[in-house]
Amino acid sequence: MRAESDISPPELDPNRYWPVLRYLDKAGIAIAPIPQDLDDRDLLASLYRAMVLTRTFDQKAVSLQRTGRLGTYASSLGQEAVSVGVGASMHKDDVLLPAFRDHGTMLWRGVTMVEILQYWSGDERGCDFAGPREDFPVAIPVASQAPHAVGVAMAFQLRKEPRVAVCILGDGATSKGDFYEAINACGVWNLPAVFVINNNQWAISEPTRMQTAAPTLAQKAVAAGISGSRVDGNDVIAVHDAVSRAIDEARQGRPQLVEALTYRLGDHTTADDARRYRDDAEVSARWQEEPILRLRNYLVGRGWWTKADEEALIKEIRAQVDAAVEDYLAMPPQEPTAMFDHLYETLPQALSEQRRMVEDGDG
Amino acid sequence: MAEITLVEAVAMAQARAMQDDPSVLVLGEDVGKDGGVFRATDGLLARFGPERVRDTPLAEGLIAGMSVGLAAQGFRPVAEIQFMGFVYPAVDQIVNHASRLRNRTRGRLSCPMVLRMPTGTGIKAPEHHSESMEAMFAHMPGLRVVIPSSPSKAYGLLLAAIRDPDPVIFLEPTRIYRAVREEVEDDGEAAELDRCFILREGTDITLITWGAMTRETLAAADTLAEDGIHAEVIDVATIKPLDEETILRSVGKTGRCVIVHEAALTGGFGGEIAARLADKGLLSLTAPVRRVAGWDTVMPLPRMEDLYLPSVARILKAARETVNYQ
Repeated sequence: MRAESDISPPELDPNRYWPVLRYLDKAGIAIAPIPQDLDDRDLLASLYRAMVLTRTFDQKAVSLQRTGRLGTYASSLGQEAVSVGVGASMHKDDVLLPAFRDHGTMLWRGVTMVEILQYWSGDERGCDFAGPREDFPVAIPVASQAPHAVGVAMAFQLRKEPRVAVCILGDGATSKGDFYEAINACGVWNLPAVFVINNNQWAISEPTRMQTAAPTLAQKAVAAGISGSRVDGNDVIAVHDAVSRAIDEARQGRPQLVEALTYRLGDHTTADDARRYRDDAEVSARWQEEPILRLRNYLVGRGWWTKADEEALIKEIRAQVDAAVEDYLAMPPQEPTAMFDHLYETLPQALSEQRRMVEDGDG
Repeated sequence: MAEITLVEAVAMAQARAMQDDPSVLVLGEDVGKDGGVFRATDGLLARFGPERVRDTPLAEGLIAGMSVGLAAQGFRPVAEIQFMGFVYPAVDQIVNHASRLRNRTRGRLSCPMVLRMPTGTGIKAPEHHSESMEAMFAHMPGLRVVIPSSPSKAYGLLLAAIRDPDPVIFLEPTRIYRAVREEVEDDGEAAELDRCFILREGTDITLITWGAMTRETLAAADTLAEDGIHAEVIDVATIKPLDEETILRSVGKTGRCVIVHEAALTGGFGGEIAARLADKGLLSLTAPVRRVAGWDTVMPLPRMEDLYLPSVARILKAARETVNYQ
């Protein structure tokens, strides 16, 4: 008999309460019937293309950093299916509130490679997206974008617009109050918001088990009174399905939390060396589950993808990335006084003297 | 025209702003049915409904953060933080997002929000309810920091803050929430931001202050006048951006200056004003600039708060020493 003082948390079977949605196994074999609208050659080819673009872009960005032509950069290596799957699930007029590793989502939504490179080179113009004008720029302070999603979703609700705020966070972000405050408030007000946790298992050097004793991150939705679900984040078909359904639900005023299980194959950023805290063997094993090869195997198995398709795609994407890099490197720097240009809508008189000093090279 | 208190003027300005502009929303803890713990949102729920007057969960980071989201979407949130001592969880959102959203998106998104909160001591409130942290906010680029000193200033400055296209920290001195009544016309006229107000003209010394300390400072000026010392009293009102010109002009005339604030001395905003005077007004000074401020102690609990607050006597002593300085 249990002693009265021994009050343990309820032992809920995560696989029963938060089953992981998965259509493709790690070899790319379908293990469950794929919904018809998703099992479509053109759709899957476009997801595949976007994932290859994201990885190629990431690799290029890292090499630019290594050669001194880009600042610190956070690669999304291995997490392309989460990133692209979320982007593909959103409507154009939904609003994205990304963390800082969601290049695939941003690219899908029309943020340009040049803009992303500009931002990571240390140039604010990279957040002035020509495409999705209402999307938020990346949030560097972890989880701080989650409360913004509450405000954006409330704006949609107040204006009775059928739009959804989609917020992406990392596993580390779920330890923060901002995350809990945001999902809790969305529950209170039935806001059209979806929170996607990119659970890549590592918050810099801390594995998820150091963030929480909860066996899943999806179950944190329970405390907020909203729905939570889990999906294999390396199966882009499953991510697309799970997040699309979550967004549909949210559009009806039922906020959602989706935990996408993936793995950070690269370092945290170019300033990090993951070998200090992580076994190579663990990483090698995880390479067997990576999302791009998985989808390619499926496409090839369906007869939807040939060697020629692959070669043509690689060639096209490399050219596209190279052209973007060329445009990025050719961008003239901002004027020194640009730091005053958007501080306020109209620069207060009190700051005009400092601006003049910068203009005169008196800095 | 009715005589109203400062806290009633705050409510009146919000009602006027909500009536004039459907994008204005009020949110915070207990701002709805309760009308705010100080009644600064009294009557708004009944008049504008629960969509525009929103009781939030008890989470200051959320209140500030969701205001950023609403503002980026074109609303004008006026959010209440119940006491200044509880604002710290919201500071992350203010300094990392609200104050820089316009800048980091090169003007694509902006943040026209007002974060209102009571400030200062003097009402015998429990611990953490009495701090004055205006200098902390003044140190954050991209913000406006505004402190009214009377019911009419509260009405006019709050209207201006709500209409301002950028984030404003609006600090309401609890000590004078109900201490004075003034005739305030609900005419929708905003007061001017980014400028100091001269409350009393004088030629012998400039006393610079803001918020609730304007009362003690004006009282000190009255006493000085009995001795034939004519003090000019400046209400800074907008701490940031600072209207340096009005201050320099006044001290250029009087040559002597005492700065009075309730916040702790070290790192207080009086230091910034003194530095500006040293930078640009040194040759017009005939005496060192003095500061009369709260002590560099932890804000005492109510039984000792009167000992913390700069008194009229302390202001008078500093002013007389400054005037008599040879």
